[in-house]
Amino acid sequence: MTTSKILINILVMAGVTYLIRMLPMVIFRQKIENRFVQSFLFYIPYAVLGAMTFPGIFTSTSSLWSAITGTVVAVILSFREKGLLTVALAACFTVYVTEAVLRLML
Amino acid sequence: MKQSKSLNGNSNNSNNYNHNCNYSHSINSYAKGFKDGIPIGLGYLSVSVAFGMMAVNMGLPVWTAVLISMTNLTSAGQFAGIGLISVGASCLEMALTQLVINLRYALMSLSLSQKADQSINLLHRLLISFGITDEIFAVASGQPCEIGRRYMYGLITTPYFGWAIGTFIGAAASTILPATIRSALGIAIYGMFIAIIIPPAKQHRPVLKVLLISVAISFILRYTPLLNHLSGGFIIILCAIIASALGAKLFPLKEVE
Repeated sequence: MTTSKILINILVMAGVTYLIRMLPMVIFRQKIENRFVQSFLFYIPYAVLGAMTFPGIFTSTSSLWSAITGTVVAVILSFREKGLLTVALAACFTVYVTEAVLRLML
Repeated sequence: MKQSKSLNGNSNNSNNYNHNCNYSHSINSYAKGFKDGIPIGLGYLSVSVAFGMMAVNMGLPVWTAVLISMTNLTSAGQFAGIGLISVGASCLEMALTQLVINLRYALMSLSLSQKADQSINLLHRLLISFGITDEIFAVASGQPCEIGRRYMYGLITTPYFGWAIGTFIGAAASTILPATIRSALGIAIYGMFIAIIIPPAKQHRPVLKVLLISVAISFILRYTPLLNHLSGGFIIILCAIIASALGAKLFPLKEVE
């Protein structure tokens, strides 16, 4: 991963993200009335985040078991509507503890 | 950046258009915008610390993590972006992933374009549109009348710098953390994604169904022979487009004007 490769990627990221925000504000003056398009855009973030999370989360730590315990804790806390940071840190803590326990057992 | 807020903002915004606001009631105070932006900025500080840690954990230099935050100002897009950079994805994959993840901003931008008063000319549209996030959109569209450029610049100020400073703190702190903790942080990004998607999925059945469809497709594509040769970026795009299109077809939004 060279610095120039990283910079090109950042340029693409920033450019695409800016164009998405800028073009409608500059070009369009009317609201989208199309129900299908509005519904599609409504569902997009959930579908994206779902596909990014699963199954990726199961290989995000050094062992499958710590990933599973972390996932379970994250899902339970999210179900109780805890904040983003709380859920993320609790998942990390669970992974840390699980891996420590696994090391003791082996 | 929570979707539920942006959705509320969207509906508030629609409601506002039903009111007949006087032009004299346009909100255009930098101080008021700045004040409204402080809670958003504080919220961003904590999330961006996690982003900074994540980025460095994935092998990015500290300054590139800060550069990403200062040029992108988006949570899910940036997290996906560093994920793609770390696996050496192509520029096309990066562009398509950002397009799919951040497409919702187009709708917010469109909505705000109609709420902007005459002080927001073309130049200011070019500048202000950079700062449209879920929360900034939600607060801006929650204002009772038209909004001016000074209000928007005030509103964007604290979140923008909170996001950049938090990223730096997280990235700098990450380099001095022991390996066991850095391993545990691997799940942080996913923990946040789960925290974003579960509450709305719990409340809205269609969101849950779309989510499950997307996750199912994701598993299928990743573990089916031949199909698993697709890159991670394209798998996410395919899942999102198929699941969202199915959702839009099967469960179209009711409260659409």
